[in-house]
Amino acid sequence: MDLPKAQRLVLSPDSIREFEGFGMAARADGYLVQPTTTEGINEAIALAKQTGRHLVPRGSGLSYGDASILAEGIVLDLGKMNRFISWDRETGIAECEPGVTIEQLWRTGLPNGWWPPVVSGTMFPTLGGALGMNIHGKNNFQVGTLGDNVDEIDLLTVDGQIQTLQQGDPLFRAVVSSAGMLGIITRIKVRLKKVPSGNVKVYAESIPNWQAQLDAFEKRAELADYMVSWVDCFGKGAASGRGLFHAAWYDKDADSESLLEMNQDLPPKVFGILPKSQVWRFLKPLNNRIGMRFLNLAKHTSSKFIGNRRMHKQGLVAFSFLLDYVPDWRKAYLPTGFIQYQTFIPKTEAARVFAQQIRLSQEAKLEPFLGVLKKHRPDSFLLSHAVDGYSLALDYKVTERNWSNLEALCHRMNDLVRASGGRFYLAKDSTLRPDDLDYLGPNLQVLRDLKNQLDPEHILDSDQARRLNLFPR
Amino acid sequence: MPKYRFAIVVGASSGIGREIARQLAQSGCRVAAVARRYDRLEELRQSFPDFIIPAEHSVTDYDAIPALFQDLTGKLGGLDLIVYASGAMPKVEENEFDFQKDRQMIEVNDLGAVAWLDQAAERFQNTKHGTIVGIGSVAGDRGRLKQPVYNASKAFLHTYLEALRNRLSRHGVKVVTVKPGPVQTEMTAGLDLPKAITAESAAAIILKKSARGGEHYLSPIHAVIFFIIRNIPSWIFRRLNV
Repeated sequence: MDLPKAQRLVLSPDSIREFEGFGMAARADGYLVQPTTTEGINEAIALAKQTGRHLVPRGSGLSYGDASILAEGIVLDLGKMNRFISWDRETGIAECEPGVTIEQLWRTGLPNGWWPPVVSGTMFPTLGGALGMNIHGKNNFQVGTLGDNVDEIDLLTVDGQIQTLQQGDPLFRAVVSSAGMLGIITRIKVRLKKVPSGNVKVYAESIPNWQAQLDAFEKRAELADYMVSWVDCFGKGAASGRGLFHAAWYDKDADSESLLEMNQDLPPKVFGILPKSQVWRFLKPLNNRIGMRFLNLAKHTSSKFIGNRRMHKQGLVAFSFLLDYVPDWRKAYLPTGFIQYQTFIPKTEAARVFAQQIRLSQEAKLEPFLGVLKKHRPDSFLLSHAVDGYSLALDYKVTERNWSNLEALCHRMNDLVRASGGRFYLAKDSTLRPDDLDYLGPNLQVLRDLKNQLDPEHILDSDQARRLNLFPR
Repeated sequence: MPKYRFAIVVGASSGIGREIARQLAQSGCRVAAVARRYDRLEELRQSFPDFIIPAEHSVTDYDAIPALFQDLTGKLGGLDLIVYASGAMPKVEENEFDFQKDRQMIEVNDLGAVAWLDQAAERFQNTKHGTIVGIGSVAGDRGRLKQPVYNASKAFLHTYLEALRNRLSRHGVKVVTVKPGPVQTEMTAGLDLPKAITAESAAAIILKKSARGGEHYLSPIHAVIFFIIRNIPSWIFRRLNV
């Protein structure tokens, strides 16, 4: 509908806000709409059509880059649609609105011994957003992605129709993973995992180099429930890839106390005195190459002596949600923020490609301040990011001066990934270019055909989709 | 000058406004250039086709402003700077009291400014970032015998911008008042201004000064002279021929 300019509705001027990605480097102003019902979503879609604007779905806004922002568009924040439609404590099946968070899910499930099947490093993503991105956890190699553990969703398309999609439907496997660009997920039926207690047994091992990293994962891939490894990206030459590997198993020793929320919640203070909400202020002066080289080295060195090759017990919350351990740690990256660069490389190429990525970063004097290695298994979602192999997630500080160099570095690393048959992940992407999308193969055309069928006017849009020219006009 | 990405310049067809729009476009900023004389804007657009979005508009068409403001911010893809550079200064004789001329000055210099900058202020208050620049004048520092309403209209603008600054600085928004002295523009073409600077250098100084909220004269000499002039007691000032 293209009304003459004078008749066009004006959007409410006091609804405009600045929105940012989790990395705070991507920002854009948009008009905030917070529906509480599906009718509210339909009204937002109608508003977009009447005002000639586009609409970006947003959950908690925890994608690192520009996936949930849209310059001068309408931002459809689904965080207020956060009710449970049903919860069965016998079967562990929850039916949720899209704004229900992973935090709500574990708080609801754990007292009865149920834990979300797949969790991210922070507990605050909404299920709608997490499913749009098809997030994975440290158990990806065992249980797949979140989408693999959801039985059913309701999809609201921009024509106002709601359809129910089952796990096996091709459209289910397209909607999950396509970042909200085909329609809005309005209901999610998710299966929680029965856990014997609220604890995990964690094995730690200090790792000297890349090959030892992958060996540690392969050795425990059969039996471990979770695996993750930290990488010190300042390690050079023979020490490249050094870090600290963790494998974890659900603790089978029944311990009903550990299922209680109050025994899972993290203490609000460090050393009993310093409020955690203030810890980022102490990190900020260290948030540069010298400080981070020192912190990484200190962590690696201590990993050789403290708890190396030993088991310890940890609460599921403390083990799973490492990003929540120090609240607001991201603020140490202000004012310009950071990007996370995570790429997925087939098993046989992983050690070589990751070593090259780190070497290129070091040569550019742009070492990531944090590196995290995980093991994955392939899946059949339309925009799947997983491979039979490994992913390395790297946090790069962004500054006004380094951005062009950082972007050039990422473009070179992207080329390495493409050449090795690797894949990318929209939730972490800030640097892909339209040509890089060939990693999707024929699935890209399938996505575009679905878009033209379900949203021919391209009402649903994002800064990321625009940057990637995901849906050419 | 600070790096701007998206700007609206109201009064971009001539003088300081046109120069500001031109220099912003040259720096890689997308600029919505607003003015009555569309052909002048079209010239500007032809010099910077990727950076200038021309918009024909009379600032006294107040009712059209909210929709136009939203339309332009949409076309720009954001907003981090608005410059209100429209100004009227018709020739007024020392013994003349012409309401039509006076009204025109108040409408263009004040009401138009309020209509546009209120839009920007509301937006920036919500987005928590942005810069508002108003072109005041040294003429607004005192009421003088040659230009009663021009003086008063600029004094209004200064006070209005000061109030905006007090409202918005707590939201991370900069409000900048610049007070140029004589500048060679069409508005001052009929006047004998030996010390006037070019619009080009005035615009460059203004953009540089926009990095810091507050009131700025364009030169340190003006700051001294007008500090003195502001503080001359009225019973002396009325006897002076300035």
